[in-house]
Amino acid sequence: MIKKNITSAFVEKYSTIIIFLVPALTLFTVFVVMPIFEAAYFSFYRWNGMGAPEKYVGFKNYAFLFKNGIFLNALKNNFWIIFVSLFIQLPFALFLALFLANNFRGAAVFRSLFFLPYILAEIVASLIWVYIYKGDYGLVGAIWGLFGADAPWITADKEWALTAILIVVVWKYFGIHMMIMISGLQGISKEVIEAAKIDGAGPVTTALRIKIPILWPTITLSIFLSTLGSLQLFDLIMPLTMGGPSNVTHSMVTYLYDFGVGRMRLGFGSAISVVIFIICFVVALIYQTTILKDKGYN
Amino acid sequence: MRLIKLFLSVIFLLGISFNANAVTIKWLGLAQDDSAHKEDIDAAIADWEAKTGHEVKWQYMAGPDLKLKLPTMLQSDDAPHLFYSWGGGVMFDQADAGFLQDISAMVPDSYLENLSPAAADAFTYKGERVGLPNLFNQVVFWYNKDLTEKAGVDPSKVVMWNDLLEVVKDIKDAGITPICVGGKNKWPIHFYWTLLHVRNGGKAAFFDALENGGWDREEYIKSGYEFQQLVDLEPFQDGFMAVEYGDASAAFGNGECALHLMGSWDYNGAKRRSTSGEGIPDDRMGTFQFPMTENGKGNPSDTLGGINGWLVSKNAPKEAVDFLMHYISMKYQSMGAKSGAYMPIYKGAETEMGNRFFKQQALNVANSTFHSIFWDQYLGRDIGEVVNDVSVELATKDITPEEACQRVQEAWEFNQ
Repeated sequence: MIKKNITSAFVEKYSTIIIFLVPALTLFTVFVVMPIFEAAYFSFYRWNGMGAPEKYVGFKNYAFLFKNGIFLNALKNNFWIIFVSLFIQLPFALFLALFLANNFRGAAVFRSLFFLPYILAEIVASLIWVYIYKGDYGLVGAIWGLFGADAPWITADKEWALTAILIVVVWKYFGIHMMIMISGLQGISKEVIEAAKIDGAGPVTTALRIKIPILWPTITLSIFLSTLGSLQLFDLIMPLTMGGPSNVTHSMVTYLYDFGVGRMRLGFGSAISVVIFIICFVVALIYQTTILKDKGYN
Repeated sequence: MRLIKLFLSVIFLLGISFNANAVTIKWLGLAQDDSAHKEDIDAAIADWEAKTGHEVKWQYMAGPDLKLKLPTMLQSDDAPHLFYSWGGGVMFDQADAGFLQDISAMVPDSYLENLSPAAADAFTYKGERVGLPNLFNQVVFWYNKDLTEKAGVDPSKVVMWNDLLEVVKDIKDAGITPICVGGKNKWPIHFYWTLLHVRNGGKAAFFDALENGGWDREEYIKSGYEFQQLVDLEPFQDGFMAVEYGDASAAFGNGECALHLMGSWDYNGAKRRSTSGEGIPDDRMGTFQFPMTENGKGNPSDTLGGINGWLVSKNAPKEAVDFLMHYISMKYQSMGAKSGAYMPIYKGAETEMGNRFFKQQALNVANSTFHSIFWDQYLGRDIGEVVNDVSVELATKDITPEEACQRVQEAWEFNQ
């Protein structure tokens, strides 16, 4: 009788959790957890995706990956994408947010305008820039033409192609971070700002000493999203350069697509995906246990 | 009355049994509704459906998508019964994985005798016939007579590699862009390096390397140096590494460059993509074979191109093979030849070709002792893409000819 009561109490207490958790957990397991383990398994095989993997090669795929210059360059490119996202894109977004958080006439128009690139699909945005960068009929070509000069083909130039991508990354994503920060700034109590003004703080001091410190939890979220987004960058690069010229603009994910999926080396591709997963996991873990922990998110 | 009911019931049941025997064949290919190739496909489907009561469902997919999605599709329950193929390494992998059906017993010798001997066995692997060829094409230099005449050169006289270099120099000196190329896609550049291999090493070197390795042999290193002789002349249009094949094809069609090394398909492609939609008039366009190299061991008449066709998946009904033989026959091959959609495989259909360029290319292939299939196809996706990579890096002078060959050799070894 006691046992029956305990059981019914248990069911009563946990039934809602079980009902809601099981479907989500099942989907998460099937579509996230299992593929991760499968990829780890496939990464030890030479496999072209046809039939079952049979040729076990141990760590050969990983060894090949880490001595491959194109992959190491892709890692470096990801570093640059993160660097530019954190030190150019986010400060720029913050700067604009500090202005546009105020409800002056036309603020909404500017907000919408700056947010517009983010609304565009990555492929569409990228194709627009393909035409902008064209040295013959593109905008760059037209501007150079005004001065009577032959325009450079930026995406064909190994020295400049990555810069061309970085410009598009900043243009495409600063709007979303600006909006996140605006919503954070608008959440700051007006009394705090008023108090600062009464104490004699100018706009710059208010921004540096009051607004940004209060906004810091929002900024850390932007840093987190920006870093992970940079690690996963794929669909802006493919239409722009396809990783070229001479494979100098690959990110880790375009490298995975080109050298793993595109070449039907799915075992090798799995090894790349495992490495990307570990990098993303470590970054997320460090972030969770340091920056977010300090801010009391945990 | 009872007899009438019985009679009607029998008819009804026969009808059901007739419908139950009808099969639906799933046919996956590259021809869009507006492509020239679709005309003979539609006609073949309509005739066969009327004749047999079976159904053929045409499915379109663009080439790159088809290549990427096929492995997954072929392992699903919804695999196409017949699908487009460029043959070579990818087909070998598909056959090794058991995705293809051995149709040798279903294709009689009397049928095969009607196919061009050079192509008849292109879709066999380890003694098993897994598909049938449909068309072939050749990579040649197309040239714009208006521009070459303006530069005072006659490309039809190009025989040796040095002749080509001289022609390129003269065209450039005349202020005209000598060659258009879509470097962003990489494969258009691999034609240069691999055609030089065909000239320098010939058939023997290719099959020896395929069997035993040695992609870094002397003949192939020589190809790299010769290719870089051309690169040193800066023959390609500005920004060629950011230009896709389609744009390069359009540029040639618009008369923005004098030469374009490309396959037979670009005859229609360059016209369609040009601003006018008509491209260069036929009488102002010419072609010439890729030149021979000094001390090359290959045959100057050997060709590079494709033999494309249709593969039969493992679960395809036998009717799919019947349909394939129905399609690759005199009637529809003649239609394709007549419309200028492609160069046919079926003997006799070539007489319908009204296109003088295709006629010449058909003759070139017939006269060659080695019609080398595109290397990026024949070597499989993994090694083939390395060939594309290094061809581009040779064009941008990022690697030496020795390094290029070594990279291909390493890719080959990685797969052993």
